[in-house]
Amino acid sequence: MTDLIHLSAHSLAQKLASKEVSAVEATQAYLDRIDAVDGAINAFLHVNTDEALLVAAEVDKARSDGDTLHPLAGVPIAVKDLIVTKGQPTTAGSKILEGWQSPYDATVVKKLRAAKMPILGKTNLDEFAMGSSTEHSAYGPTRNPWDLDRIPGGSGGGSAAAVAAFEAPLALGTDTGGSIRQPGAVTGTVGVKPTYGGVSRYGAIAMASSLDQIGPVSRTVLDSALLHEVIGGHDPHDSTSLTDPVGALVEAARMGQVEGMRIGVIKELQGEGYQAGVLTRFSESLELLRSAGAEVVEVSCPNFRYALGAYYLIMPSEASSNLAKYDGVRFGLRVVPEGTPTIERVMGATRAAGFGDEVKRRIILGTYALSAGYYDAYYGSAQKVRTLIQRDFAAAFEQADVLISPTAPTTAFKLGEKIDDPLAMYLNDVATIPANMAGIPGLSLPGGLADEDGLPVGIQLLAPARKDARLYRVGAVLEALLEETWGGPLLAKAPEIAGRK
Amino acid sequence: MAEINRDDVAHLARLAHIDMNDDELDRMAGELAVIVDSIRTVSEVAGDDVPATSHPIPLSNVFRDDVVGDTLSNEEALMGAPDNADGRFRVPAILDGE
Repeated sequence: MTDLIHLSAHSLAQKLASKEVSAVEATQAYLDRIDAVDGAINAFLHVNTDEALLVAAEVDKARSDGDTLHPLAGVPIAVKDLIVTKGQPTTAGSKILEGWQSPYDATVVKKLRAAKMPILGKTNLDEFAMGSSTEHSAYGPTRNPWDLDRIPGGSGGGSAAAVAAFEAPLALGTDTGGSIRQPGAVTGTVGVKPTYGGVSRYGAIAMASSLDQIGPVSRTVLDSALLHEVIGGHDPHDSTSLTDPVGALVEAARMGQVEGMRIGVIKELQGEGYQAGVLTRFSESLELLRSAGAEVVEVSCPNFRYALGAYYLIMPSEASSNLAKYDGVRFGLRVVPEGTPTIERVMGATRAAGFGDEVKRRIILGTYALSAGYYDAYYGSAQKVRTLIQRDFAAAFEQADVLISPTAPTTAFKLGEKIDDPLAMYLNDVATIPANMAGIPGLSLPGGLADEDGLPVGIQLLAPARKDARLYRVGAVLEALLEETWGGPLLAKAPEIAGRK
Repeated sequence: MAEINRDDVAHLARLAHIDMNDDELDRMAGELAVIVDSIRTVSEVAGDDVPATSHPIPLSNVFRDDVVGDTLSNEEALMGAPDNADGRFRVPAILDGE
């Protein structure tokens, strides 16, 4: 039943409900797929075989007993290894947490368990979610299923690649500056960053607390909506969690209607720096939306040109404080240097050995931006730019119901191509960062393949805060129109993955 | 505005408790100089009339009832620690000497 793994989460859930397929069969099919291809992809840092099959068996038993089950019960899922899970290791892609296990579950993981979704394992990421290529993982890079010599995006390259390679129907990611959406774009999958506070961050290892957001990774827009409804909602354990109800996201995806909607093209997120093939596919998507009755307008967000700079002040500042806790005292690695091992020397040696280069760079940059004499000029100024970006969005949303742009300026680049040039790496996130700065929701869906390299292009939709449903409503329409032109899902065009290396 | 140099990086690394050797300091200083140079425009954008945003969606006075909830046991809190003794985290000497 290799076809099982190609089903959408929605279709699989239907087959499970009608008892056409058992949860154990589905889970085993995914575990077999992981076994067959993950040697080549390296999407998983830990495979949770026994527990996943146990949960699947529970679902099958409950179903045969006639118990009421969650609609996604028995649908397997992968979890980014930045999100803590009881009974499985959590590394955050770092040597400093190698072998560590959390004594508690993240709220989103509790929700997956409550829905009885078997957790297939933990997916690879750039160390502490710092990167755009998954090359900064201490456990080796993940490879893009479309071309094993290319990056799967980052930081959530593992979750996106797992879903693209049919190693999981669904996954959880985290998005601080694009870490769900950019991997979605370069792997031909769907990724959603919900409104800030819409999904609890409790148990997501913090990078930049005012920007981080957990969200769904999937192969279809409807599947992301289904998962979003599982994980969303208020959590008293996260004081930044919104009290609003999750909203009718699945209904919005099913309705999929854009007639009379105004869709704003962000002038500043195209042109110079964007690959020609990306812009061609982007224009086609605009044309399709027009043909479906949407009004496409141009909006200008002049302060977006400062977003990347402001982000690279705010994010490292918050990260440098959040990562202070890795001190060799409470969890993870401890390195005791020679000589008199005072706690201060232990910290210095532990952090030197446990953190990789990108993490060190960002901690130093953050410490610099927050230090006396620079605080106002850097961190303070960046927070003001954040206000200007929010004002740009507010003005744009007066003219349009949703905004649209390419998700990333280019398709997947080659492994190693940008690893020695941090600034070039940072530019990958130029189109995704503004949403995090303003706390608004964003969705990336596949927009086709670029003519010059045959690799996936991502289309990004943005909506006002708390209006996540609009992303699903518009996303579902665009997805349906595009799949009509392709004659099926984009991932059907992906090459077969050669066996284990 | 002062650019970041090797001495700055050495000082910052000490503040951040990350030991760095000479090669690392050289490399980091070069990389950070480029990054700092590219983000310094941020300080010239917004005037005094623009308020700072620390949080994307402002919430205030998030309270909960003052009752004990589910908390980690002493054993759970210590289970990931590199060393512990008598139900506490155990660390090397705090002070140098003696």
